[in-house]
Amino acid sequence: MSNALLTVSGVVAGYRRDLPILHGISLEVHRGELVTIVGPNGAGKSTLIKAIAGLVPISEGRVELGGTDITSLATHKMGAASVAYVPQTDNVFTTLTIDENLRLGAAALPRSLAKDRIAQAYERFPALRDHRDRKARVLSGGQRQLLAFARSLLTEPALLMLDEPSAGLSPAAVSEVFGHLTDLSDDGITILMVEQNVKAALAISDRTYVFAEGENRIDGPSGVLADDPDMKAIYFGGTKRSTHAASAG
Amino acid sequence: MLQALADGILSGAIIALGAIGLTLTMGILRFANFAHAELITWGAYMALAAVSLLGPLGGPIGPFSFGLPLILGTIAAMGLTSLLALTIDGLVFRQLRGTSNHLTLVFASFGVSLLVRMLILLIFGGAATYYSNTLQIAIPVAPGLRLMPDQLFALGLAAVLVVALYIFLQRTRLGLSMRALAENPDLTRVNGVSTARVIRWTWIIGASLAAIAGVLYGLTVQLRPEVGFHLILPLFAAAILGGVGNIPGAVIGGMIVGLAEAFAVFILPPGYKMAVPFLILLAVLYVRPTGLFAGTAGAAK
Repeated sequence: MSNALLTVSGVVAGYRRDLPILHGISLEVHRGELVTIVGPNGAGKSTLIKAIAGLVPISEGRVELGGTDITSLATHKMGAASVAYVPQTDNVFTTLTIDENLRLGAAALPRSLAKDRIAQAYERFPALRDHRDRKARVLSGGQRQLLAFARSLLTEPALLMLDEPSAGLSPAAVSEVFGHLTDLSDDGITILMVEQNVKAALAISDRTYVFAEGENRIDGPSGVLADDPDMKAIYFGGTKRSTHAASAG
Repeated sequence: MLQALADGILSGAIIALGAIGLTLTMGILRFANFAHAELITWGAYMALAAVSLLGPLGGPIGPFSFGLPLILGTIAAMGLTSLLALTIDGLVFRQLRGTSNHLTLVFASFGVSLLVRMLILLIFGGAATYYSNTLQIAIPVAPGLRLMPDQLFALGLAAVLVVALYIFLQRTRLGLSMRALAENPDLTRVNGVSTARVIRWTWIIGASLAAIAGVLYGLTVQLRPEVGFHLILPLFAAAILGGVGNIPGAVIGGMIVGLAEAFAVFILPPGYKMAVPFLILLAVLYVRPTGLFAGTAGAAK
């Protein structure tokens, strides 16, 4: 497909070379799409986006962004390559103020541009502006997630990768965070995210990939997958007794 | 009493300069570097070597015992100490970072500290020495308090450096990156910061401050190859007291240790002075393991 922004083909990766967690994963994300990855615990969902971000070594396969090979690009150069990544936990610097978190996210930009982009971020997330000089540790889980979004958007990445943005949030915070995600997607930002909350993930995304045990299982338009009987089989009928609830917030 | 206060603040300031470098490298590289104190000795002796080369450049300035040679010598010592720190990091610590556990790095730092101390002993000999033989007359600063001009200079310089470093960490992009790296290395990389570059600057800043601490120690006390060895415990006490990674904490920690040492002579025999930082360290670890002012390492837990 010519419209693919991110192409992952046959990726084998793991924290240790002799213990791969991903056994040949492939996926595609098209420009402007919101794609989610779901799957039972241990499926390798988070490992894949960490591998794309350069935090987990890839031993085989290829990752391309807009036709450029970024398979073995160093993590700190990903921003320049237009990939932003928001980790699941510890995704803000709690010892820095909110403003400092944003300044760090914009540190790679020329100073005047950084200033403009930070001003834009405060416009998009006014709640952050109200606390700009407070340490990020005072923020709630949902606010931290928004700060992490704001910070990763400063470089205007082509691709935003999110690792379980709903993890540990209250139902109200989940709907707020997902509301912002839908807005970002509507603004044309391409998003690839990992989610445990399958129902919510299927509801807001364009397409969904289902992983299990480090391999692709099924994928397709989210609306179609929502009614797919295989989904239930993967989650509840697999060899693994999954401990997570599909509706866990 | 007033004299003990002044002595305590002076040695506290020197301990603080060393402890800042130690707390920075501990916070950012996440291991207890026992070789840090040897950077202080190395810096002091590099300045001595420079002074003996540059001696003809000028005599003492004003009321001080030193002149242009020591000022230039200190700058050279900062460079040479940074070079030593970067060399040690490249040859030893970087090889072990990531692959081995923290204890391996700590033991490696013990080995490095021995090596550096013996190297200094080999080159400069074991005798105590001074930068200058100029006699200084203590001037009365307040009733019951006399200080030498060099001591006042040391205090002033330490204060300026602490403030400058604080502003650097708060205001500059590099300072911000250093604070971020101390909290969360992966997230710092994700934000497009080259951590290798930040680590390099951390060594340069820590080593430069250590060199200055060494020169100030040599200026106000004397130069001995075991300066670092005697300072290692006070340095760790100050850094841990202040919370690992916490710059203002290290300064306050250094002051507490310096003052405690100075006042301890009123209640303990002078021979026990060395034990004071150890007692403070034990007390802090017992009551508040993350330090009086939790630093980045404490907050990250």
